[in-house]
Amino acid sequence: MMDRVRPHDPVVLAAADLGRLMPMFLWIAPDGRIRAAGPTLAKVCGPEPIEGARFLDRFELTRPRSAATVEEVRRLAGQRLQLRLRHGARTPFRGHLVGLGDDRGILVNLSFGIAVAEAVRDHRLTSADFAPTDLTVELLYLTEAKAAVTDELAALNCRLRAARSAAETQAMTDALTGLANRRALDAALARAIEAAACGRRGFALLHLDLDLFKQVNDTFGHAAGDFVLVRVAEVLRTETRKHDTVARVGGDEFVLILPGQVDAGRIDAVARRIIAGLEAPMDCAGRPCHISGSIGATISSHYAVPDADAMLSDADAALYASKRLGRGRCTLFISGMHLPEDKREPRRG
Amino acid sequence: MHGLVNRSIECFLRDTYGPGIWAGVAVDAGLDPQGFEALELYDDAVTDAVLSAAMRRLDKPREALLEDLGIYLVGLEPLRRLLRFGGESYEDFLHSLDELPDRVRLAVADLHLPELALEGIGPSRYRLCCAGTQPGFGAVFAGILRAMADDYGALALIEPGEVSGEVETVGIELLDSFFAAGRDFDLALPETR
Repeated sequence: MMDRVRPHDPVVLAAADLGRLMPMFLWIAPDGRIRAAGPTLAKVCGPEPIEGARFLDRFELTRPRSAATVEEVRRLAGQRLQLRLRHGARTPFRGHLVGLGDDRGILVNLSFGIAVAEAVRDHRLTSADFAPTDLTVELLYLTEAKAAVTDELAALNCRLRAARSAAETQAMTDALTGLANRRALDAALARAIEAAACGRRGFALLHLDLDLFKQVNDTFGHAAGDFVLVRVAEVLRTETRKHDTVARVGGDEFVLILPGQVDAGRIDAVARRIIAGLEAPMDCAGRPCHISGSIGATISSHYAVPDADAMLSDADAALYASKRLGRGRCTLFISGMHLPEDKREPRRG
Repeated sequence: MHGLVNRSIECFLRDTYGPGIWAGVAVDAGLDPQGFEALELYDDAVTDAVLSAAMRRLDKPREALLEDLGIYLVGLEPLRRLLRFGGESYEDFLHSLDELPDRVRLAVADLHLPELALEGIGPSRYRLCCAGTQPGFGAVFAGILRAMADDYGALALIEPGEVSGEVETVGIELLDSFFAAGRDFDLALPETR
């Protein structure tokens, strides 16, 4: 039966075997010179042979503190060390050390710690350079696997963002004409009012109601009515600028916000062009059909403090005046124009 | 089945046979042609429907299709690299296969591969057993093993074996571990990625 090994009994091990178990060990002699090194550490410190070199010439201790003599190094036994190569890639290591008995020097074991990927690249290491028990290769594997998964996640995020933006556009768009819808109008009007209230720039609000649209619907059917609405949308897009808002807010009702447009004459000119566009003959399934439009307009500068409801209501009142004056025209709201609700005629048609 | 598996099949069909074939398969299987999300979980029946539709459209037996899928996967550089982490030589790689399901779970916690066990059955002869989850993994691994032999430069005969119950086997006869040069593999990721 073998004797029990006591904690302080020496273990005799060939340097090559030690290198196989700990490919990054260093044996430092009492004179501070490296007596032996594990094969991976020798490769990393190469090309000059590391055996015989002074440990502190080749390595710089950074934590827990620097050391100038072997005795100072030896006092760090049991502590977690950080050190780096003094030359070349200045590869960092972590390590710990034990003092060998009978004044035989110090045994240090090193690893690359968290900067392992750089070390592997800088020194062209392979999995054969690591002990089978070392999880370094697994760490590298995991880094790459996680990168692949992160790429997939990023792609997923892109797709979700695109889907969300499409859904948002859809929620703000009238499906038939592609114009803004009521919700988009409310948002645009709020923005325009805010800009006007800050004194940045005023805007015109136009309320358009189609004339003779009901006859088209009744005579040619709803498909023809839809066709006409799409044509109307084209006219409105043509006659407005890119940053104007054109919204379809009812069956044949539209509201336009024209930022920066505060001159009565120019507003009238825009309205006339729109009405002329609407009155151009349209071809409905082979049969000509005619519509027109009435417009009521108001300008933000008419108000001490512009208000969405007041402006919409005033534009509506002006629209009503256009209808009463014989349709196919534009009326600009002026104070005192407001007509009592109960006296209004049905303006549809 | 995990979305990554389904997405692998989708990308394989799309890259190998063209977007038209994939669109047809997706319609046959009742799927959105947009395809699968890699990080979602799907019912196993969906995977079956896709494979059946692809077999019909391509007039290919299931095993051949799945073997080609395995070969295709090794052709994807990130995956090839992950597999090469298995070892320095093809033989090391074979012996690392037992660990593969755990390695995969380390990266994607809810991706469950079948249990893999490599048995030595003679000099340079092995049998890889895939147990559990869905049938078909045996054929996929036959493709992977074949493509990885090329990657390592090893000469090996890979034969999909018979299915017994839930276990599928692949026979491996390693004729020459260092038959050809094989493809490069650096532990460090090339910087150009």
